[in-house]
Amino acid sequence: MSKTNITPLLRMSNISKSFPGIQALTDVSVNLFAGEVLAIIGENGAGKSTLIKTLGGANQPDQGHMEIEGNPVRLTCPLVSQQHGIGIIYQEFNLIPFLTVRENLFLGRASHSFGLIRSQDERKTTRELFDRLGADIHPDTPVAALSIAEQQLVEIAKVLVTDVKIVVMDEPTATLTPREVQRLHDVVRELKSRGIGIIYVSHRLNEILELTDRVVVLRDGKVVGQRNIHSTNRRDLIELMVGRPIEDEFPKQPQVPGSTLLSVERLNWSDRVVDVSFTVAAGEILGITGLMGAGRTELAHLLAGAVPPDSGRLLLDGQEVRFHSPRDAIRAGVCLLTEDRKNQGLITDQTIQQNFSLPNLDRLSRYGIVKTGTERLSLAHYAETLQIKMVSGSQLAGQLSGGNQQKLVLAKWLQRRCRLIIVDEPTRGIDVGAKYEIYKLLNELVEQGMAIIMISSELPEVLGISDRVLVMQQGRITGEITDPRRATQQQVMELAAG
Amino acid sequence: MKQPSKHISNWRQFVNDYGMIFVLLFLMIILSMVTVDHQQLVGAAAGREVAQSINRIESPRNVLIATPQGKLDVEFAQSIEQELAKRHSVIAVVQSGPRQVSLALKQATVSGHPADVIACTAASAKWDPVAESSAQKIKPASYRWPNFLMPDNLVTIAQRITIIAIIAIGMTMVIITAGIDLSVGSLIALSAVVTGVMIRDCFGGKEADLFGLWCSGLAGILVCALVGLFTGLLIAAFRLPPFIVTLAMMLLIRGIANVLSDQRTIHEIPVSFDMLGKGYLFGVPISVWLMFSLYAIAYFVMSRTTLGRQIYAVGGNEEAARLSGVRVKRILLIVYTVCGLLAGLGGVIVCSQLRSAKASYGMMDELTVIAAVVVGGTSLMGGQGKILGTLIGAFIIGVIQNGMNLVHMDDKTQMIVLGSVIVLAVLLDRIKKGEVSWKEIRSVFNN
Repeated sequence: MSKTNITPLLRMSNISKSFPGIQALTDVSVNLFAGEVLAIIGENGAGKSTLIKTLGGANQPDQGHMEIEGNPVRLTCPLVSQQHGIGIIYQEFNLIPFLTVRENLFLGRASHSFGLIRSQDERKTTRELFDRLGADIHPDTPVAALSIAEQQLVEIAKVLVTDVKIVVMDEPTATLTPREVQRLHDVVRELKSRGIGIIYVSHRLNEILELTDRVVVLRDGKVVGQRNIHSTNRRDLIELMVGRPIEDEFPKQPQVPGSTLLSVERLNWSDRVVDVSFTVAAGEILGITGLMGAGRTELAHLLAGAVPPDSGRLLLDGQEVRFHSPRDAIRAGVCLLTEDRKNQGLITDQTIQQNFSLPNLDRLSRYGIVKTGTERLSLAHYAETLQIKMVSGSQLAGQLSGGNQQKLVLAKWLQRRCRLIIVDEPTRGIDVGAKYEIYKLLNELVEQGMAIIMISSELPEVLGISDRVLVMQQGRITGEITDPRRATQQQVMELAAG
Repeated sequence: MKQPSKHISNWRQFVNDYGMIFVLLFLMIILSMVTVDHQQLVGAAAGREVAQSINRIESPRNVLIATPQGKLDVEFAQSIEQELAKRHSVIAVVQSGPRQVSLALKQATVSGHPADVIACTAASAKWDPVAESSAQKIKPASYRWPNFLMPDNLVTIAQRITIIAIIAIGMTMVIITAGIDLSVGSLIALSAVVTGVMIRDCFGGKEADLFGLWCSGLAGILVCALVGLFTGLLIAAFRLPPFIVTLAMMLLIRGIANVLSDQRTIHEIPVSFDMLGKGYLFGVPISVWLMFSLYAIAYFVMSRTTLGRQIYAVGGNEEAARLSGVRVKRILLIVYTVCGLLAGLGGVIVCSQLRSAKASYGMMDELTVIAAVVVGGTSLMGGQGKILGTLIGAFIIGVIQNGMNLVHMDDKTQMIVLGSVIVLAVLLDRIKKGEVSWKEIRSVFNN
C-alpha cells in the first residue's frame, strides 16, 4: 500500500513527553490515514495511554507537533481536541448511569431552543445513530440498565454525535464476549468505510491481526516497529513488544491431579447459576469459560462465600462446608482473586503493606497488635518470590502496574496458605510479559499441590493453561473438555453459545 | 504507565501527615503577639517585689498596706510583712475597701505616725484615699505578657479543647470508615442530663457521695455508647446512609434529653463533681490528662492493631475488605459505639465543668468536632486520616475560638472567621499534597 503521496489525516511528529521521574514518550511519530485502522500495541507502561491522552488534549507534549489534514494544530484541552474531530473512547466508560442513553449522548451539547432541550430532535438523531451501529437500544433507557457491550456502543455513539474524523479506542474489547467483539468489529469496519481514521489500542493480538491494517509497536515510550498487517504474525508482534524472543506463550507442565479437594453439588443462585456440579482436585488447574453473563463470576463468588447460594452443597475434602462470608471461606482455605482488581481486589489508596497484611492480620498479630517486623519480612519474602516490582511496602498499591497489582493480590492469598484459589480473569489488562509470569506462577502453585479454578474469557489462555475446562452457558455447565491442549476454540464456542 | 518512584523522606512524610502543626504554631504566635498586655504580679511574689523596693529606701518609713480582700491579696500583705527590713514599721494592714483605708490614714496621722509609704496592689492604687494621699505609693511593677499565654487562659483553652478533642477521636474513626456521626452534639446533652438526673434523683443531689458520682457518670457514658451501638446497627444491618441515620438520631436524642431534663437546668450537683472537669494533677487539669491518655490509646489502636488496620480497610474499599475476610459490619458497630461512648464522656466532662446539666449543651458541637477532624487532614471519602492530625485540628479550632474571645470579637464575626479558617485549612491541605493545579482551577471557568 503506498499512501505516502496522500496527506495523512493525522500526523504526529517527534512527540516527546516526560513526567516527573519518567520519560513517557520519546520522539514518537505516527501517521494515520483516512479510512485506515491503525493498531497501537505495547506492554503496560510503553506509553500508549500517554499518546492517547495527548491526542485527547488531556496532556500537552513537551516537544513535537501535530497536523490534522495538513494543518498544524495544538490540542490544548479536551474541548479543542473534540472540535478538531477527534473522538476518544476510553477504557473506563464516562457515562452517567441514571441518565438515559439520549441524555448521555447529548450531555454538554444538548440541542436547545431558548434554553429548552429539543428532546424530539435528539431522540431522532439517537435512533439514526444506533441504526447505523446495528444496535437495538432505545433512546430513553437509563444507561444503568444496559449491558457492558451496549454501554460501549453508547460510548461510540457519543463520539459519532459530533462530526468526527478520528476515533481512538482504548482496549474496547477488554470486557466483551466473543460475539460482542464481532459486532464491535463490524462497527469499526463501518466507520472505516466512511473514511474515518481509527486508532485501535488492544492487548488482544488475534483481534489486531484480524481487524487492523497497520500496527505501530511502542516500547518504553519509543516506536520500536511499524508493520503492515499482512507482513507480520502473532509471534513477531509479541517479540517486538517484549523486546526479546519468547519460546512459549503458555508455559504448561501437565499435572497428575491428586485427590478431590472440592466437590460442588447442584449449586443454585437466582437464575444466574443453575444446577452446577463439578469437582476440582489438588494439583490441577480447572478452567471455566463461557460468554459474558454465563454466570462464571457469580459461581466464583458463590464458591468463595461472597454470596450465599440458594441451594446446593459444597464438600471440602468430603466434608460439607457452609460459607456465610468470605471470612469463612478464607479460613477454610478457599480464596478468590476477583476479576475487578481496582474495586474488589485491592484498596488502591492504601499501601502495599496494608493490602498484603489485610487477610492475614490474625497470623501477623498477637493479642490484636500487629507485629510490624514480621509483616514486613513476610511481604519482602513474597515480593521476592513473585518478583513484584516495587520501591517499598509503603508505596500505594494503586501506583503499581497492572501486572504487579495482580501479583500483589496473589501474594496476599499465598501468604494465607490457601488450598484452593479461584482466579477470575487473572490476566485482564495485563501485558504479555506479566501474563507469562502469572502463568508460570499458577503452574508452580499447582505443582505444590494447590488447586486452582481459573475463570477466563480468553480462549487461548484457558485452553493453553488448564488441565481441564468447563464451559458455561446461561448459568449451566454445558460441557467439559478433558484435553484442552488438543481442543480448538471452535469446539469451546459451540458449547458456550449453544 | 510506570509510576515515578515515590520514596518520601521521613521529613516529607511528617509534613504530609502533620503539616497542620505549623499552622497551629503560627496561630499561637500571632495570638501571642496580638494579645500582649500589661500584666501585674499578684500574691506572694508581688509582695516580695514591693517589700524589696521599700527596702531600698535608706531612712526608716512607716508603711501602710492597703489591699482588697482576696486570697491572693492576703498572701500579698503577709509576704510584705515578712520581707520588710527591720528599720521600717508597718503601722496598719487594711484589707477591705477605700473607706477603711481613709480611716486608717487619718488614724495614723492623729496618732503621730503618719504613713510615709502605702504599699498597694494594682487595684487598691486606684482607690481615691490612696491616690489622693501625699504618701509615697508603691505597687507591684507591671510587665508585658500576652493574655493568650496567661495560665488562666491556657486552662480555659484546655477545658474547651478536651471536649472537642475527645469526641473527635471517635469521629475520626467513623469518618475513616467513610461514615459521619452528626449525633455527637446531642449525645453531649443526653449524657450530661442522664448524669445530672441520676445524681439528683438517685444519689441525693448535693449530698451525693463519690460512689454515686461515679455511677451517674458511667451511666451517662453507657447510655451514649448504647445509642452509638444502635446507630451502628441501623447503618450496618439496614445499609442506611450514615448521614441520614445520624441526622435523625441528632434530633431524636436532643428531644429525649429535653424530656429527661423536663427542660430545666439541673443544679443539684455536689461541688466534689468539679474534680473531673476542673481538678488538677501535677499542675495539669485532669481532663487534659484524660485527653492525652485517650489519644495515646487511639494512636496505638489505629496504627498498630488489627482493629485499626481493618477500620482503614473498610473505609478504603469496603468490598475489597469484605472479600479479604474483614467483618465489615462488626467494624462499623465498633466505630459508632466508640464514637457514642466518647461523646458520652465529653458530656460528663461538660456537666462537671459547669456543675449543671441542661438539654441545650453541645448544640452545634458536632460541626466543631467534624471541623477538627477535617482540619486535621482526615478525608471525608474514608480510608485516610491520622489520629494525631485530629488532635492538632482540635487545637487549631480551640485556639482560634479562644483567640477571638480574647480580642472581644462578637459571635457573628466569630462564625465568619471560623468558617473561613476551615475552608482555608482544607485548601491548604490540598495544596500541600500537590492535588491542586492552576490548570484545574482555570478549567472551572472554561467549561
